[in-house]
Amino acid sequence: MDISFKNVSYTYQPNSPFAHQALDDVSFSIPSGTYVAVIGHTGSGKSTLIQHLNGLLRPTTGTVTIGDFVMSRTDKPKDMKALRSRVGVVFQYPEHQLFEETIAKDIAFGPKNFGVSDDVIKQRIDDILPTVGIHHDMLERSPFELSGGQMRRVAIAGVLAIKPEVLVLDEPTAGLDPRGQRDVMDMFYSLHKKEKMTTVLVTHNMEDAVKYADHIIILNQGKKYLEGKPETIFSDEDTLQQVQLDVPEVIQFLWKYEQKFGHSIPYNRQSITDIAQAIKEHIKEVGNDE
Amino acid sequence: MSNSLIIGQYVPGQSIVHRLDPRTKIIMIFFFVFIVFFANSVPSYSILAFFAFGSIVLSRIPFRFILKGLTPIWFLIGFTFLLHIIITREGAVLVDLVVLKIYSGGLIQGFAISLRFFLLILVTSLLTLTTTPIEITDAIETLLNPLKKVKFPVHELALMMSISLRFIPTLMQEMDKISKAQASRGVDFRTGPIKERAKAIVPLLVPLFVSAFKRAEDLAMAMEARGYQGGEGRTKLRILRISGRDWVALFLFAVVLAGLFATRHYS
Repeated sequence: MDISFKNVSYTYQPNSPFAHQALDDVSFSIPSGTYVAVIGHTGSGKSTLIQHLNGLLRPTTGTVTIGDFVMSRTDKPKDMKALRSRVGVVFQYPEHQLFEETIAKDIAFGPKNFGVSDDVIKQRIDDILPTVGIHHDMLERSPFELSGGQMRRVAIAGVLAIKPEVLVLDEPTAGLDPRGQRDVMDMFYSLHKKEKMTTVLVTHNMEDAVKYADHIIILNQGKKYLEGKPETIFSDEDTLQQVQLDVPEVIQFLWKYEQKFGHSIPYNRQSITDIAQAIKEHIKEVGNDE
Repeated sequence: MSNSLIIGQYVPGQSIVHRLDPRTKIIMIFFFVFIVFFANSVPSYSILAFFAFGSIVLSRIPFRFILKGLTPIWFLIGFTFLLHIIITREGAVLVDLVVLKIYSGGLIQGFAISLRFFLLILVTSLLTLTTTPIEITDAIETLLNPLKKVKFPVHELALMMSISLRFIPTLMQEMDKISKAQASRGVDFRTGPIKERAKAIVPLLVPLFVSAFKRAEDLAMAMEARGYQGGEGRTKLRILRISGRDWVALFLFAVVLAGLFATRHYS
């Protein structure tokens, strides 16, 4: 589903001493099937923004359009449930939403609410388990017996079981060990590729953004600060540093390499091994020339 | 989530009311709650109303904000009013509907009681609006100090109070977060038959309790790790001091009190 924000502003507790404008005139559009990263510091409005994606919040001014669903201060979709069944949100620390007696029941909770039949749910659980790396034998155990990492996977499975067309991820790797972080991010990326799922990743990890996203939106103090392809965004170090964001290490390294040796290796998400290979070949070439 | 209820909410500020010692405020409100019931004539009510509205003006909290925050209370006030009108049977009959007679005494009584109620809520919510919960517990602890003589666990009580007050906002945030997560998984808290809505509370309460217990455990662990033991010999981070303005406030309050008893109508 296409997503578009048109001059969206959002104010918490308007007309009170606590009024706080979290989003200020934000506009952008995300075509169906893209992987977008939303980057910004704490308090930049990221979390507020994603709550607009499934109608948890409606803009104070402006319009949010998600597929056929239109939301503004006065308009709200008649069928909010339909919207939420098509936009899945993995919140920060999603393991906090687990509550059922068994893992199977917890995963089935979402689809059941959206009226999916038991047979289909069973089928979906069977499909999802290998993706999230949860063993079939564990289905009848209580989610509260699991380790933190496993709980996270079960919670993610609970959102994936809804089979959303748009997947919104709010810092999905926070608090995981490095291995777990990579696994989870790779899992979402392969889902994005396989199911053509529109993916919105909210993060402050530049490395993840550059590795997975087709398009990057940078928020700063509720305003859209920068927007574009990762290559263009990260080519402007000064602009980024003004909002205290860093250029990802890989890209920094490639720049320095170019400055020092006068040879440019364009970055297109190759792995570190591939970059090392490219450097090796370059060294060989130089050696052969002399 | 309802943001409209302001009872228990603190509005930061630097006004004279904010800077009064919390003990002064608590003592004043404690007595105010009693004397409200002594008012029985128009001048005595006016004095109390003057005191309540004067304090609000001095606190520099927008009056509209307070009124809006009391919206849920209006229902209660209205209900009290109606009850008195229906039940009281004194004075002359004003309106005579066949099933129901409205007496003048009922009208007066209803009006007076609702006004008392309104003033009470106004003044007590002003306390929490201008005083941080931690200040309030500190004040209660010092005010209850004499009870230590009879082995009353004052410090422990104050600690319990400040911990529970401290965690109200945290739990509210947690609740908000969990309800949003479950709403995203298709739980509908707002519409549908009552039975369904009651069921929808389970996915909200279970995670909330799980995290509350976990928090309690963490806190207990952190306190023990730092060798916490209550009461005897602990010094305070925030020391309460009675200053000149507190004496002025207490004096003015005494004037209000005297004024009330002078204008009270004895019969």
